[in-house]
Amino acid sequence: MKLKEIIEKLQLKVLTGQDKLQVEVTGGYTSDLLSDVIANSKQGNLWITLQIHQNIIAVAKLKDLAGIIIVNNREPDEETLQKAKEENVPLFSSEEMAFEISGKLYELISS
Amino acid sequence: MLRPFKADLHIHTCLSPCTELDMSPKKILTSAKKKEIDILGICDHNSTENSLALMNAAKNMNIKIFPGMEVTSQEEVHVLALFDDIENTLKLQEFVYKNLPGENDEEAFGMQVIVNEKEEVLGFNNKLLIGATAIPLNEVIQLIHSLDGITIASHIDRESFSIIGQLGFIPENLELDALEISPNITFEEAKKRFEYNYPITCSSDAHYPDDIGKSYTTFLLKNGTVAEIKKALKNEEGRKLIH
Repeated sequence: MKLKEIIEKLQLKVLTGQDKLQVEVTGGYTSDLLSDVIANSKQGNLWITLQIHQNIIAVAKLKDLAGIIIVNNREPDEETLQKAKEENVPLFSSEEMAFEISGKLYELISS
Repeated sequence: MLRPFKADLHIHTCLSPCTELDMSPKKILTSAKKKEIDILGICDHNSTENSLALMNAAKNMNIKIFPGMEVTSQEEVHVLALFDDIENTLKLQEFVYKNLPGENDEEAFGMQVIVNEKEEVLGFNNKLLIGATAIPLNEVIQLIHSLDGITIASHIDRESFSIIGQLGFIPENLELDALEISPNITFEEAKKRFEYNYPITCSSDAHYPDDIGKSYTTFLLKNGTVAEIKKALKNEEGRKLIH
């Protein structure tokens, strides 16, 4: 499923990466431990987290993830937004909790 | 004249919910004396309310106490803050308390006991000391430096609550003074595993009296102060880490 469709269905707010929404999403990965994301996420995964530190952008880039959904309405740091723009990493935000977003994303991708 | 100082810069007291009452000033100092420790850093979670008791209890013991704290940043990274005087430590505590939500649940997390140098219980801290502050890591570091303290990233070899566990790697342009390793790995192993341009310190992170000094760092210093440690971490004026 393409990123664009997921964004519409999950009603995500697009913060950066507007031009990369045609990317195919391979699955989801939910974690707030960046070391764990480095170890276990897969290319093309959409990453669900509440971490807002700028290192999330480097991790997404490193693992070639489809994008990052920041949950619970948390606002990313200015440095994080800047880095996301520079690296062209799609960053989204949602009012919902990781549990809800993960559940909905799982439904979407597995159906 | 410079001489070696054995420093265990990270121990907890009975104020931390994850310790027992036996982490009292007297027991801590007895154990430190037995292990021939010259400097102890008092680093309870998000609080420094037992530092003064330790400083007073150690007065005639030839053990130098650094008041301090193990701060939990917004990212849930643990960092040590160590100071020469209690006033600046209290300033940090004031800011930390303002940004630390929640109340402790003794059944779930344990008691947070405030004591004096005579081992008398003065009260119980009711804040959720085990929780995270709302202060971003870089601000925690800036704040500690603005108060003339040193900042050391805690137990970087551990997965939980370490800068590398939480953030994947150490972000560039953080002004940490050092990285700490836990007793779980040796200094030699750490040098191979962590290729960062920071000095490495070893400390016990003791939660039980017997664990004090289980791991420590030897510094070459003129006297036991944070200002001297700062110089040693930068290799200035002959001060250095000799491990």
